[in-house]
Amino acid sequence: MDNEKKRKERIDRGIKVRSSDVFALTSWREMLYLSAPRLLPVVGLLILSIVLSHYWQRVLLSVSVFALLAISWDILAQSGMVSLGQALFFGTGAYFAGNMNHYLGWPPSVTIPLATIFGGLLCTLFLVPVLRLRGIYFSMVTLVLPLMLVRIIEATRIFGGTEGLSGLSPLPNRWVELYLIIAVLLAALFGFRRLMNSDYGLVLKGINDNDRSVMNAGINIYWFKTQALFIASAIGAFAGAFMTHVYMFVGMPVFALDYSILPIAAAVVGGMGTLAGSMLGAFVLVPLSEILRPLGGLRIVFYGLFLVVFTVAVPEGIFHYIQRKYHQFERWVEVE
Amino acid sequence: MLANTIIYGFVNSVILLLVALGFNLTFGISGVANFAYGALYIMGALLCWVFLNSIGLPYFIAVILAVALTAIAGALMYRFVLLRIRGLVLSEVIATFGIGLALLELFKYMGFIGFEYSLPVICDTSIEIGAVVIDLQRVFIVIIGVTMAGFIWFFTHHTRTGLRFRGIAQEERTALSLGINTDRVAMFSVSFGGAYAAIAAIFILPLGTINVEQGYSVLINALAVCIVGGLGSTGGLVLASFLIGYGQTFTVTYLESHWVMLVPLIAILVILVIRPSGLFGKHKELEERI
Repeated sequence: MDNEKKRKERIDRGIKVRSSDVFALTSWREMLYLSAPRLLPVVGLLILSIVLSHYWQRVLLSVSVFALLAISWDILAQSGMVSLGQALFFGTGAYFAGNMNHYLGWPPSVTIPLATIFGGLLCTLFLVPVLRLRGIYFSMVTLVLPLMLVRIIEATRIFGGTEGLSGLSPLPNRWVELYLIIAVLLAALFGFRRLMNSDYGLVLKGINDNDRSVMNAGINIYWFKTQALFIASAIGAFAGAFMTHVYMFVGMPVFALDYSILPIAAAVVGGMGTLAGSMLGAFVLVPLSEILRPLGGLRIVFYGLFLVVFTVAVPEGIFHYIQRKYHQFERWVEVE
Repeated sequence: MLANTIIYGFVNSVILLLVALGFNLTFGISGVANFAYGALYIMGALLCWVFLNSIGLPYFIAVILAVALTAIAGALMYRFVLLRIRGLVLSEVIATFGIGLALLELFKYMGFIGFEYSLPVICDTSIEIGAVVIDLQRVFIVIIGVTMAGFIWFFTHHTRTGLRFRGIAQEERTALSLGINTDRVAMFSVSFGGAYAAIAAIFILPLGTINVEQGYSVLINALAVCIVGGLGSTGGLVLASFLIGYGQTFTVTYLESHWVMLVPLIAILVILVIRPSGLFGKHKELEERI
């Protein structure tokens, strides 16, 4: 074989090197090179929101919700906390919004922001006692919590019990729904990407890489982990509160396994550690699951298999692959 | 009433122990948290059901085949999936969780739901202990549980393979340098864990029906017992299963059956506050946990 004497070499594209300093601002081509990846999600989402049919607009809505959950999962994972229970955040936010609307009669414009903050706080409180746990021990607890909350609601029959609360107030119209979630998704994507690249994010990533050395630097890692937890759970709680008002219903299904599995699957398929990858994963998986809908229960089987195949075969995820192709080119070189 | 609770609590504790043994074996030896454990548990039971009812094999052959096949499934899972991502905790958790999810949902899709899916009891009579009537199957479970726990202790302390198991649990690289094939030993530990899951399922599930949803709750119970007991310590495991088992039984008797799910979680939280390394855990485990 020829391959034995050659190896693949990866080199940064010239345009990447040129556009990485201030002179990029002198050339349209290089400015486009820099801005295209950032403009793509913004323009793409706006175009999609206009051209899609009514049914697919609903799909876009749930895609965005799952993308938010996946971003929240990714922030946690980057801070060294692997959650197997995003449904906890989603469900808590959903129940907060539902109860405030049902029992107090507050409109969605009040309940959604309040549910975001208080849902985030409550989830953080739930998880603070186990924050000292590392690795899979933390995952185990997050897996148990949503299942447990469902049982509590079933046992005590609070908040509508098994029937849930229905007839909640909807959002004004479908355009408000759509653009609200798109705006929040884009804000979360760019905002938290920026945050994770700042010094603050560096501390969080450091906790993931080596928590002992971050402690050695005199940083209270538990306080930072608490903050990351609040950020992530507030995002999840917003998604839950939003969906409550879209469906005009809140009940036990909000703690379903779907809301825990799909975000993880999205982050794994899309590529962890960039937030954009997690979002991309949600944009691949959720429409796929819409297409697979005729298969019924078999869909979750496919999610499971996706998780396995991607973690084993493509551990970097789609986003990192695309990013590499965008920034670098490959060529075969002789091995001396 | 109290005697009743004490005896049934004992049985419940042994059930928990039996369920946790396999998970603990895999995790304690190879460090792989097998989140597909619940799926292997249900798979063992369903295989046994298929051999008994669709093929019509005699009971003992069906049991042996089901246990063997589940063990092979565990080994294949290690060989083709876990081997490639060994040591990456996040990937291990996600991949085993994915396998478990796919298997359980596949069983659900294939329609293994309903009352006809139940395994036979070994001997359908009851005996009396004092004033308490107890069916023989529960007595069998206690015997099997004690035997299996004893076997694991004997195996890991007095056989060559068992000593290898403990070797890689203590220090994998040193074990490798002493000529132990760590990959093969780790594969055996996953496979043994699967076999234990199948045995537990085949003896426990005749008390009810084979319910796919149990795959998730079995996993949670096993996790709780392992966290409370301290990993790799059989004594801690026994003590933890008795704590949680009696906790659950007293909850059912004096409170309400809905609250049973809370017992393992409260046990986890309390133990993490008081003794983060688990009841009999060592310092090394403490380092891994916090």
